[in-house]
Amino acid sequence: MISALVELNPLQLTFYSAALLAIVASLKVVTSKNTVHALLYLVVSLLAVAVCFYLMGAPFAAGLEVIVYAGAILVLFVFAIMMFGLGQDETLHAPSVDGSKVNQFSLWFGPFLLALLLLIELVYAISSGEIQARLTANTIDAKQVGILLYGPYVLAVEIASFLLLAGLIGGYHYAKPEGVGLDRKNNLGEHG
Amino acid sequence: MGKFSKQSTVSAAFDMIFSQLRTMALVLKHTFTKADTVEYPEQKPYLAPRYRGRIVLTRDPDGEERCVACNLCAAACPVDCIALQQTVDDDGRKRADFFRINFSRCIFCGFCEEACPTYAIQLTPDIELAEYDRQNLVYEKEHLLINGVGKYHDYSFYRHSGIAVDINGERKAKGDAQQEKPPIDIKGLMP
Amino acid sequence: MADILVKLLEITIIIALLIPIAAMLVWVERRMIGIWQDRLGPNRVGPFGILQSLADLLKILGKEDWIPPFSDRIVFTIAPVIGAVCVLMSFAVIPFSPSIGVSDLNIGLLFFLAMASLSVYSVVLAGWASNSKYALLGSMRAAAQMVSYEVFMGLSVMGVVLLTGSFNLREIVLAQQNGWLIQTQFLGFIIFLIAGIAESHRLPFDLPEAETELTAGFHTEYSGLKFALFFLGEYLSVTLISAMSVVLFFGGWLMPEPLASWLPPLLWFILKILCFVMFFILLRTSLPRPRFDQLLSFGWKYMLPLALLNLLVTAAFKLGGVYG
Repeated sequence: MISALVELNPLQLTFYSAALLAIVASLKVVTSKNTVHALLYLVVSLLAVAVCFYLMGAPFAAGLEVIVYAGAILVLFVFAIMMFGLGQDETLHAPSVDGSKVNQFSLWFGPFLLALLLLIELVYAISSGEIQARLTANTIDAKQVGILLYGPYVLAVEIASFLLLAGLIGGYHYAKPEGVGLDRKNNLGEHG
Repeated sequence: MGKFSKQSTVSAAFDMIFSQLRTMALVLKHTFTKADTVEYPEQKPYLAPRYRGRIVLTRDPDGEERCVACNLCAAACPVDCIALQQTVDDDGRKRADFFRINFSRCIFCGFCEEACPTYAIQLTPDIELAEYDRQNLVYEKEHLLINGVGKYHDYSFYRHSGIAVDINGERKAKGDAQQEKPPIDIKGLMP
Repeated sequence: MADILVKLLEITIIIALLIPIAAMLVWVERRMIGIWQDRLGPNRVGPFGILQSLADLLKILGKEDWIPPFSDRIVFTIAPVIGAVCVLMSFAVIPFSPSIGVSDLNIGLLFFLAMASLSVYSVVLAGWASNSKYALLGSMRAAAQMVSYEVFMGLSVMGVVLLTGSFNLREIVLAQQNGWLIQTQFLGFIIFLIAGIAESHRLPFDLPEAETELTAGFHTEYSGLKFALFFLGEYLSVTLISAMSVVLFFGGWLMPEPLASWLPPLLWFILKILCFVMFFILLRTSLPRPRFDQLLSFGWKYMLPLALLNLLVTAAFKLGGVYG
């Protein structure tokens, strides 16, 4: 087992540890009792997956993973949780103020370690010339992704965009206050 | 948008953009105007003679205390920072036995100065009242009393008042004061 | 191994320079605001008050680092770190000069956008973990504002990507040798700048921390070193947005020929950044804060269509061969 680890080159080692990180973080997502903490683990998991993408030679996908999923969608999740005050009914699981040192340390340690490992990996992957050299060998850059999306997969892209448009219109329909135009007419009728 | 409803949307938008740019240009112009700051410890700000600063007790032109310890200042004081006690000298002069102002309470409103019938208590344009020990801000009579007439150079209360006192070692009897008529002999029959 | 060590040294030097620069910006900003308001600004500590930031730092280190008992301790502690780290990470892809720069990442621009979108967490989590109403209101505003403005920030720089054909920031700079992109991407630049101000939540878009209505917004409960980290993050992101504007639209370290030989490229780059920082400070002194609904409708109703239009026109011109 250990000898197998030693034989791995730095690239593979980074990849597998990122993958492990993603799995551990995902497990914590479903086992964590605090909603916001679970979401934070989900962010870590998505970032780890992004690192995996990057190491597999798909930097564009990695970038979009972070921007779209970790950066936009999960922010909206957090936003929704804050809006609906879901923190209210989990005060039981919140860290106690006068809890023992050990307890606090264990609460701290998990997310801190995972995030730190990820940070180290990311810095290493970016700054290491060796990895950069290996990566450029078979990198799928944005241009290739674009050509594929608007070439063989154009139908899928169009279908997806229709779906999103439908979602957008649906969202607008639900968000619009009921009978905005009618109300104004009624008011005018009453007053004048 | 209601404000701009008479204009077209485009010209309204340009108006708004122009307004923001104009604001920025006006602020930028101030790069070349002189600062109004007075750099205080090195450069003292101008304080008018009637500025309401540290409180003093003044003397009349003869060098005697003006204060007659009437307690009007203490009564007028909204924060009750003045404390005093009256005594009467052998020659008939009234003066403060002790006179205490707690400057950590004082709000420099000047009401005491307005209330004073003898121009004794006056506010001066001195604002440097900082102390490291709060107790040092309690000023006793010897700290308050100055050797000067303050804002009113010629005024002497006892020269005007009908009280028998010594002025410069000379006895001033009742009726001797300036613009004072002799005391009415209430036992006589004349009007 | 040796080149990794050299890289690490370079990273250390850049961070060691960036943080004092961000601290100095606090002094520069207070001084400039003072001048523009006909005051002097801090001029007591050291010559021209240049050591004011150091004095502030010493003071803030001496403050009690209080974690409110009603807060979520872990998230409360992590939040300011996320903010500062995300901004510092973004500097990794900035090409400072022909030879200086941590990484020539082939998705540099995307990396910048990704870090910008991750830094939202700092504000949002800080507000949530503080468990107080002003902080929560501030962070909810921050979430809505930053998610909205990220959308067209990404779209505004796509024009640049179209014209240069690369996400690599160094290649983008090198592609501007025959003329800065500001000539063809003026609209994109304006939109990027507005989105950048909103992203770094500076005045006039500082609604997440609007002092007049929300005490201090998301960092109401913060004190001591954690507050300093938020402060550092803000000034670093001002520097970052300035640097990105210079790299994307003003040719990075490049200058037209007679000027280029006067100063080394790095100094030109820093000078350009400084101009932008001054502009940010001018904006702060002169413009008032909009209402929150005005901010969002401005973003979605005006900026987003404009960004899309800019992208469309750029793409059409590119296809039509206008740009050669």
